[in-house]
Amino acid sequence: MGSHGIRDRVCIVGMGCTPFREHWAKGVDELLVDSVTDTVADAGVALDDIDAFWLGTMASGNSGITLSKPLKLDYKPVSRLENYCATGSEAFRNACYAVASGAYDLAMAVGVEKLKDNGFSGLAVGGIGGDGTQASITAPALFSMLGPAYAKKYGVDEQEFKDVITRIAWKNHRNGALNPRAQFRKEVDKDVISNSPLVAGALGIFDCSGVSDGSAAAIICRAEDAHKYTDNPLYVKALSFVAGPASQQMDQDWDYTSFEEVVRSARDAYQQAGISDPRMELAMAEVHDCFTVTELVLMEDMGFAERGMGWKEVLAGTFDRDGELPVNPDGGLKSFGHPIGASGLRMLFECWLQLRGNAGDRQIKSIDAGRKLGLTQNLGGGPGECVSFVSVVGTEPSA
Amino acid sequence: MVGIVSYGVYLPYFRLKREAIGAALGSPAGRGTRSVASYDEDATTMGVEAARAALRPTDVAPSWLLFATSAPTYLDKTNANAIHAALDLDSSAGAYDMVGSVRSGVGALRSALATHSSTLAVLSDVRTGNPGGADERDGGDGAVAILCGREGVIAEYIGGASATDEFLERWRRPGDAASHVWEERFGEDVYVPLAEQAWNDALKNTGLVASEIDHLVLTGTHPRSIRAFARSMGARPEAFVDDLSAVVGNTGTAHPGLLLATALEKAEPGQIIAVVVLADGAEVLFFKATDAIAAYRPAKSVTEQIPTTNDTLDYQKFLSWRGFLRREPPRRPDPVAPEAPPSHRHKSWKFSFTGSTCEACGKRHLPPQDVCAGCRAVRQMRPERMADVEATIVTFTIDRLAYSENPPNVAAVIDFDGGGRYRCELTDVDPSEVAIGGRVAMSFRRLFESNGIVNYHWKARPMRTGGA
Repeated sequence: MGSHGIRDRVCIVGMGCTPFREHWAKGVDELLVDSVTDTVADAGVALDDIDAFWLGTMASGNSGITLSKPLKLDYKPVSRLENYCATGSEAFRNACYAVASGAYDLAMAVGVEKLKDNGFSGLAVGGIGGDGTQASITAPALFSMLGPAYAKKYGVDEQEFKDVITRIAWKNHRNGALNPRAQFRKEVDKDVISNSPLVAGALGIFDCSGVSDGSAAAIICRAEDAHKYTDNPLYVKALSFVAGPASQQMDQDWDYTSFEEVVRSARDAYQQAGISDPRMELAMAEVHDCFTVTELVLMEDMGFAERGMGWKEVLAGTFDRDGELPVNPDGGLKSFGHPIGASGLRMLFECWLQLRGNAGDRQIKSIDAGRKLGLTQNLGGGPGECVSFVSVVGTEPSA
Repeated sequence: MVGIVSYGVYLPYFRLKREAIGAALGSPAGRGTRSVASYDEDATTMGVEAARAALRPTDVAPSWLLFATSAPTYLDKTNANAIHAALDLDSSAGAYDMVGSVRSGVGALRSALATHSSTLAVLSDVRTGNPGGADERDGGDGAVAILCGREGVIAEYIGGASATDEFLERWRRPGDAASHVWEERFGEDVYVPLAEQAWNDALKNTGLVASEIDHLVLTGTHPRSIRAFARSMGARPEAFVDDLSAVVGNTGTAHPGLLLATALEKAEPGQIIAVVVLADGAEVLFFKATDAIAAYRPAKSVTEQIPTTNDTLDYQKFLSWRGFLRREPPRRPDPVAPEAPPSHRHKSWKFSFTGSTCEACGKRHLPPQDVCAGCRAVRQMRPERMADVEATIVTFTIDRLAYSENPPNVAAVIDFDGGGRYRCELTDVDPSEVAIGGRVAMSFRRLFESNGIVNYHWKARPMRTGGA
């Protein structure tokens, strides 16, 4: 028994990502046609060359027909997956395993979400019926509970804490401002961020990720075949996925300053990839900044900062685009937007661009310093009851 | 001996100042306040709270439950069953509604006294009238539960009388927001003779004379007749029990029980209490306090509940809670209505707030689990009723996005005394007073209404000095 990973056995050889927007003129079908055709073009293959598909969407369609119908796929296997906000990553993980198993030569992972058509404010996906005893607490409210707990545990006063989360929003907006695919392409002053209307707890509107529509996709092949498609593939180093027992919510010892699911999935991924010091070894990380406070806690759960030191590192600029370890250089969920099923693949898309030196004027400097690994971390659910995905990809096979 | 064994009173947290009505409508509306059921309360939830209070000082489990209200949540479906479930009564105990009219309140009490087993009469009401009207101004919301039986009696029922007549004085059709009343001098002409008849019959039946009454409760739906009859009863002026109109208002179906509770709080062994109710006729009941009343302590007295409240409620908010002011709904999906089969499967969780405790390691779970979150033992759980266990706030948040009829929503993570953690909404709460370490108690509430289904469950409410 054990988690062994499939390091260097499969590669990404093509990716595509639509702009994340309020796509009033495009539906799920059009977004899927956009991302899939861009991706096959990027890999230089024909759609019919793809042997199997994994489609991730949380609530924008049921069954593989959601993909096969708009693209008129010719009797190919299409799996449809859902795993909360980690849905896109889950599509990617399963496609990788299918190729690694030898079952298929070329597989595609596609993520899509159409959130804006329902006309609701904030994230609104259909609930599952039941006995009606679930308290109606919104996502920002659930995540906002991390704030006071973190601040109290580490002696951060209210104003300092607000400065920390404000800086995370400011950084991610600054990164997104440079990115033509991002939903919000504007730098925002710290004053505007910190004075924005409160949504829940200490979280204001600018502490919340963008609700948007979008799609992203990746083509995966066995590593030995990768150079048939591209001169610079991305090797999949680690894929880890954890669903927590959701027992922290009943646990009187749990203090709301950590996602154990993230800690476990990060540990597993680092072990698979052979990483001992992520902060020194990674060129970049895309993490699940659904709310600014989430990114703060993730810095510690991922081992990018010591426990209790994440807030200081944020203020010191450690995770800025030109910092020691760039985090969310594409703008993150915060300013790139968060169409649920597409977000995990969007994170990989940034690794695809940055690690291979194709990010243009957004190119991060850590690549020049010889760093070759990128990480994605994708969370689904909320504090105490969540799933976490971590992947590591790199430009070279490991020694 | 048959009589009252225990009683419990519930007055809601909110009070509306009558001057707030006057200020909004530009007409004088008198002084004082009226009690107001919050947006997440109804006659059923207040009935549960009163019934919990009534059962706390006693070990007696009622074998019947009678629920009286003029404001039932459901027709066709028995509202008393939700109270029965919330109290975790045995399924062999009967539960019945006496629903629709104010008179059903005193009727439930009389029926409870007439049964041979221990019967809990739950009298609860939400009183509403058209904006600016007397019913709105003088009404009140609240509940009382009176446990009647033969053992441990604190006030013996020593007799009474009824007078019933058919006349059109006050009426409301199902679904109507407010009642209609006839010209009030006609009512006086009918009520006073009925009251005199019942009063004289009751005195004759019991051999009492009016001047022997120590505590006289006189209430009903027709103030003019009540004032007129009071003058002719022959009772000592100091015997009249304050009608709580200055602070609470007339709680309709619940009011005879509420005033009886205030009388029981003051009564000494051997004293005589009279309850006289003018509602579609006249009812008179006489009680004699027993020696046991000296040692009896209610869970929360009316006196304690009167001051611990919030009287800053806006009249506009009151109107929107009562459905007279329709506010723009948020751009959010409607909540998903609870489904009947899971609501029934999880009845003990949903209604009586029963979690589970692992028999292998002792860990408490809310909601109940099959597999222990601590030691992973499978199906070694015993039910653990948590409704009466107090808790402490671990962390909380003010949720400004969630839809609420009393925004902002406050959600909290709470740790129960003796173990168990739960995340829930807080109610009857001032967001500025919530703090980590604050003490809370559970309260039965409506979480929301969807598809015509009222979704009942539990919220936590801050514990304040003096109770309430």
